[in-house]
Order: sequence, then C-alpha cells, then structure tokens
Amino acid sequence: MQELSAELIRKKYLRDEMWPSIFCNGCGIGNVLDYTLRAIEELNLDLDEIVFVSGIGCSSRLPGYINADGLHTTHGRAIAFATGVKAVNPDLKVIVFTGDGDCAAIGGNHFIHAIRRNVDITVIMVNNFIYGMTGGQLAPTTPIGSRSTTSPYGNIEPPFDLCELAKVIGAPYVARWTVSHPYRPIKSIKRGIEKKGFAYIELLTPCPTAYGRRNRLGDIKELWKWYDENTILIEEYERIMKYGSDEEKERASKMIKIGVFQDIEKPEYFEEYYKLIDRLKEGGK
Amino acid sequence: MRYKRDPDLIRKVIGRKVQFVMGDTACVYGSLLAGCSFFAGYPITPASEIAEEMSRLLPRVGGVYIQMEDEIGSISAVIGASWAGAKSMTATSGPGFSLMMENYGYAIMSETPCVIVNVQRVGPSTGQPTRGAQGDMMQARWGTHGDVEALVLAPSTVQECFDLTIEAFNLTERYRHPVCVMMDGEIGHLREKVVIPDEDEMKIVDRVVADKDDDFLPFDVSKKTGRKVPDFPTFGKGFKVHVTGLTHDTRGLPATDSQEEHEKLIKRIVSKIADDRDKLTMVEKVHLDDAETAFVTYGASARATEAAVERARKEGKKVGMLRLKLVWPFPIKEIRKLADQVEKIIVPEMNLGQIVHPVREYAEGKCEVISAPKVGGEMHTVEEVYRYIEG
Repeated sequence: MQELSAELIRKKYLRDEMWPSIFCNGCGIGNVLDYTLRAIEELNLDLDEIVFVSGIGCSSRLPGYINADGLHTTHGRAIAFATGVKAVNPDLKVIVFTGDGDCAAIGGNHFIHAIRRNVDITVIMVNNFIYGMTGGQLAPTTPIGSRSTTSPYGNIEPPFDLCELAKVIGAPYVARWTVSHPYRPIKSIKRGIEKKGFAYIELLTPCPTAYGRRNRLGDIKELWKWYDENTILIEEYERIMKYGSDEEKERASKMIKIGVFQDIEKPEYFEEYYKLIDRLKEGGK
Repeated sequence: MRYKRDPDLIRKVIGRKVQFVMGDTACVYGSLLAGCSFFAGYPITPASEIAEEMSRLLPRVGGVYIQMEDEIGSISAVIGASWAGAKSMTATSGPGFSLMMENYGYAIMSETPCVIVNVQRVGPSTGQPTRGAQGDMMQARWGTHGDVEALVLAPSTVQECFDLTIEAFNLTERYRHPVCVMMDGEIGHLREKVVIPDEDEMKIVDRVVADKDDDFLPFDVSKKTGRKVPDFPTFGKGFKVHVTGLTHDTRGLPATDSQEEHEKLIKRIVSKIADDRDKLTMVEKVHLDDAETAFVTYGASARATEAAVERARKEGKKVGMLRLKLVWPFPIKEIRKLADQVEKIIVPEMNLGQIVHPVREYAEGKCEVISAPKVGGEMHTVEEVYRYIEG
C-alpha cells in the first residue's frame, strides 16, 4: 500500500473549495478527520458508498470537508438521522461525527437507543471536554474542577464516561484513544467501520482555544502532552488496580482510561428487520 | 434502496376496495399506495393507530417501520430516510408536533421531501389527549424559527384522510418541502367508508432525481425542469452532496456570513411555494354562487358547517361554504373574491380563532369577518354553527 501524504489525502478525499478550515491552531479535529480518511483508505472503501452524518459543533463540521455525501443536521440528532439513512439503504456505510456536547448532552437519548437497537453505524466522538463552537461552556464531559465560561468557579458536576455507558448498554465495539497518537485511532476506526453493528470510538482531542487556555494547560505543545500524561491503557489500569501500590492506584484512578473497552458480536437491527420483511414476503407471520 | 413500489402487493396488503375504517387507518392506506417506504414514530394519542397500522403493514410491502425514542428522533430518522431515497413519513399529535418543530425547519432548509401527520388534540401542553382540536394550524405555518412557507392539508372526512395523504406525498415530492397533514382526533378516530381507487385512477408523483452532470448544483433552480425546486441527489449515487441546515450556497456548502447567499436561498425556498399559491389552492365550494353569507372552514369543523348551510338553504337563506382542503399556502385569491361577494364571512374552528386571522387579512375590510370558535374537545353542533348566520 502506498504511504499517503497529507497532500494526497487532501486531493483524494477533501473539497478544495472548503479551505481554509474553521479549526483553530492546535485543535485536534483535523487529526480526527485525517485518521478517519486513512482508515477508509486502508479499508479500500469507495467514498460514494459512505454517508457522513453529524450534528452541531466544531467536530460536526467535518462532513463539509469531505468530498462525499454528508448530512450536517441539528444539535444532538445525528445518530437519529443516521438511523433513517441506514434503514432505507443498509448497503451504505454510515459514519457519524459528533462532539461531547452533541453526543452526551442533547443527543444522549438517541445515543443510548441506537446502541440498544444495535444500528450499524460508526460513531466517532470528538471529546474536547467543552462546548468549543459556542465559546467554551461547560459540557457533560468537563472534568471536575475545570473552568469554563459557565463554570467560572470550577466545575462541580461529575462528568460522563461515554465509553463505560456504551459498554454497559452493549455496543459491540467501544474504544477510546487520544489524537496524540495516530495508529491506534486509525486501527479502531477501521475495526469500527468493519463491525456489523454500533461502533463507538471516542477520541480525546485538545481544544486550546476554549478549554486549554482557560484551564492554564499551557501552550499547544504542552496541552497535547497533557493527553499523554493523563491517560492510561485499560490493561495497565487493571494491572495497577490488581498489583499496584496504594500510591500507584491513587494516581491511576485519576487518569482517563484509553483502549478497547468492548469488541463483541451481536445481531444488527436492520439486518434483523430485513429478515422480517423476507419472512413476511414468504407468507410468514 | 431495497424497496420498490409494488401496487399489486400494496393492494393485497390493504385488502378490500371498499372498507369501513378509522381516519388514522385511511391515512396509512394512502401513504402505502403513495409509495411510502419508511415510517418513524413515537406513540401518542390520538395518532398511535397510524404507527400501529404502519408497524403491521409497512414491512409486508417491503418498507421499514421504526419506533424511535421520541418525536425528535422520529422526524430526524424520517429526514435521513428521505435522503437515502425513501418516501418517508411520521405521525404525531400536538406535544410531538411541538418537539418536531426544529427539524421541520431543517426539512424546509435542506429541501427534504417528507410527510408529517398531526392528528390534532386539545392543547396547550398535554391538554385533552383523547379529544380532537384544530389548535395547531398556526404552528404548522409559523412554529419553526425563521422565514418559511408551509404546505398544509386538512382532511374533513375519512376518505380525505386517504386522498389527502396521497396528495401530501405528491406535494412533498414535487416541491421538496415537508407537508403537514393536519387531521384531528375526531377525524382520526372516526369510522367511515373509504373507497380505494384503482391504480389508473391515481396520480403518484415521484421526486425528480438529478442527473450526474459535472455542473450539477444540488441547491439551485433545476436545469431539468426550470423550476425553483432543485433535482434530488439521492445519497449513495455518487453526487457527493453536502446537506446542511446552515445557510448554504447553490453547491450546498456553508455560506453563513453572506447576506446575499442567505437572501437568495430563502427567497427561492419560500417562493417555490408562494409562486404556485393559486395552482396549489384546493377548496370545496358549497352553495357559494349566490351566497350573501359564507362560512370559511376546514377539517372536522366543516362537517357541522355543511349541515348548517344545507339547513339554511332549505329555509331559503343565501348561505354557502368555502372549505379549505389546503390551508397553507393560504388561498388569498379565493378569500378576496369571496369578500367582494358576501356581506359576512364566518370562520368556525376548533380553537379560539386561528385561520380567521388570514381570512380577515385578505378580506381587506370588504365584508364582516366573524370567528366561530369552539374549544374543550367537542365539535361544533349544527345548531351552534347555524346561530352565527343570523348574527
């Protein structure tokens, strides 16, 4: 396989007329796009057989940059729109870009029910701990103590862990990575797209403008480093919790777990529905 | 798309040509024959029977029914399904209709064909769930934010629940604009005779699907038809179309900072409906030729009104009725003509006075315009309507 340069990716997959992008310096959303397109390239998929669906927020602008069918919808509703697309044409691959506010707050209900049904869509959730596009308000993922424009004295709301949520509702594929390392996200996105059923891939993504700056996480370089220093592989976390010292356990418990949370097989909703249609066609009840 | 409209199969699934059914059921029959292949809904009185019948019949004709987690999810899925190529529909009542308002605007902005059935009940809020009303007529016109037009039908009989649902699909496919079928709890739950027309008696309109020309613009005046309705670029066919609720240019790409692009886009979307106002107008005229007093009404209210008109005629009174089958876009010409002719217009509605306002606006002071409201979950009696004739 030919190594893809950024220029080749741009030429092959992106809309020229959309440049420059809306993203700030140091934002990781461009990386999310890059990893997604590299996953598509490595899977050798035809872009005309993919529909990109999104809601509202910085990350939801991504479909606009890709030279493919895209549905940039209303706040929180991407997964419900995606369900309609998949229902009618199950041969299409449906990839949803969503943010932490879009997915975990206003769109939470659609998220849990699409997982419950096990609709075959790949949800790539860009988690930057904040509402970036509206200027840095508190999100359901904002860590305790963090400052935002609507938690000026520090956040006292416990944040949501959507990977744990997706896992317990039974999403067939659940993974979380940081954008600071490309290969694991690419691998997970590939796995997610190939998975028959709901795949949830959360990517921790720096937002220097609306989150990093306000929480004094340093310049862009330092902020990106923060993601390496504050995340821990699930396997490592479990090892420490089993064999580690109290000090190690204390430190690990404050870190964000990354890795593959779940990778299982189960019946997909529309596959079952079309089986039902076939059964009725044959005179069944 | 896997579904293909099979008229023989649909007729087999619906059953006999003449049936005695509820308005909700007639609406389902109409949608199936129109070629609806996707329904998403959420249970709500008095519209639940539509979802129930859809869940039973739609998979039998090869379509997909899904019960979503709420009405917002329902309309979202309906819009997504439409972009994948399906004729799609949802059905709800007031509370659900309120929840759908944001995406109703999205469907207008993104020019997505879809049908929203509202079996109206008494509001505001939870109101009287099992009682019919006509309280959402202005919401269908003005309920979503921003500058919009509306395509809104109002059936008065169970047969019309069938006929106007087909008409709703035809209009939404033709204009790429969501269409509301404003039934009400009375008509939705009423049982009457329905006659299913034969295939050659029916007109079925399908959206104009785009050609893959190099210079195809997904949100521009159609090159194929010359109309202000763009040709439809179905997902998955290589059009690489970007659909957004943001103000967009003719390519579909965001143009949020451009006053010029916004004005151009919205004026096209609004005028594609408004320009055709007279062509779209659907009214029924009863004893209007020599009328000196006229009722203007729609939906269930027209039933008692028609009886009152017949009674007045028997008594030699020159009374007639203009019944609006399509309430929006408003039939301005018909109202102007009527106001020139009659001394008095009476507007019976199952609300505290909604459609009386545009009637008064377009009567332009040329005749008296009186509201004949009724709320609380009961229909007007013939006597109640009749009393307005004498004043």
